[in-house]
Amino acid sequence: MTKVTMAKSHLLGLVGDEDTCTAFLLGGIGELNATREANFLVVKQDTVIGEIETFLKRLLTRKDIGIILINQHIANDVRHIIEAHTNPIPALLEIPSKEHPYDPLKDSILKRAKGMFSIDDMR
Amino acid sequence: RVREAVVSTQSTGDKINVFPSRMILSVMKTRYKGAQKGHSLLKKKSDALTLKFRATLKKIIENKTVMGDVMKAVYFSLAEAAYAAGDISQTVIQNADKAQNKIKFTKDNVAGVQLTNFTMHSEGSDVYQLTGLGKGGQTVTRCKETAQKAIKLLIELASLQTTFITLDEAIKITNRRVNGIEYVIIPRFENTIAYIVEELDERDREEFYRLKKVQDKKKVIRAKQKKFLEEYNAKQEAVEAASEAAPRNLLETEHDPDIMF
Repeated sequence: MTKVTMAKSHLLGLVGDEDTCTAFLLGGIGELNATREANFLVVKQDTVIGEIETFLKRLLTRKDIGIILINQHIANDVRHIIEAHTNPIPALLEIPSKEHPYDPLKDSILKRAKGMFSIDDMR
Repeated sequence: RVREAVVSTQSTGDKINVFPSRMILSVMKTRYKGAQKGHSLLKKKSDALTLKFRATLKKIIENKTVMGDVMKAVYFSLAEAAYAAGDISQTVIQNADKAQNKIKFTKDNVAGVQLTNFTMHSEGSDVYQLTGLGKGGQTVTRCKETAQKAIKLLIELASLQTTFITLDEAIKITNRRVNGIEYVIIPRFENTIAYIVEELDERDREEFYRLKKVQDKKKVIRAKQKKFLEEYNAKQEAVEAASEAAPRNLLETEHDPDIMF
């Protein structure tokens, strides 16, 4: 096995509720690019699903995003986009939010491996 | 790729349409061996990939379980910071400018499949160095650290995920090829070789039969010739015996054997 490191570094994208965004931005992943476009979207109570969809699609086509973090409850609303994304990069990672704990049954990635593991493994 | 004419019949199945000859037979045998070698190599590749796949899946499940706990810690420390420093969310969100923590790609190779992984890469300065200096600075710093730990873990998790998806695709393709060779290509060669051997054997049998027939014919001819010769000799002897009884006539040309010294 050989390892090679690429020169350019990539960003993490983020689609989350206010608390998730605050926490991770504090962790130092938020960035506005040259056109003041953000790599994160704060999803509030009144955010339309269409807006989330557009933003997520944009993130998926951006060349400088390597990983996209998305709260699982938001992911459930845009499940069709997530299932349609089959490229390994950017990696779509579903994370729990403060109100909604992590549910392995809904995770798109683990659905692909259905049958290879049981729920007992998650406990 | 050259597409050869493949013929299929009900009884014999698929086979390559060739004129049966010994040269073609040895060519087909070599290719058959090649197909078998290719099949076993691909199977090994598939096994190696599947092994790595299962290992990756196990790690993903482990990590996702840890992630749940880590995220809880993040939200807890965020709540603590909010309690001590007030609502910092607006300040944080509006001051996002340059990301300090980014990711770098690393390429890896497993059993011939290229995998891409992520590693955390920090550059630049902390935009939020001054946040919370007013009140509750410690809780804000703690929240920052917890979040960074969480980000590190999430980057690892994303790496595993990417590996998982890439391997999944590679395994599907490889297995398709293995099955193709096992159930289509190899039977085709086996049928072709069986057919050629059959035809060559039949030709040999025909040749043998032909030779036998010719020999028999020759025997008959020889027997006829022998009979004819015997009759002729018998006639000649009868003539000579008759001519010996009569006196010699010198005027008739006789065959005079040469006198050799």
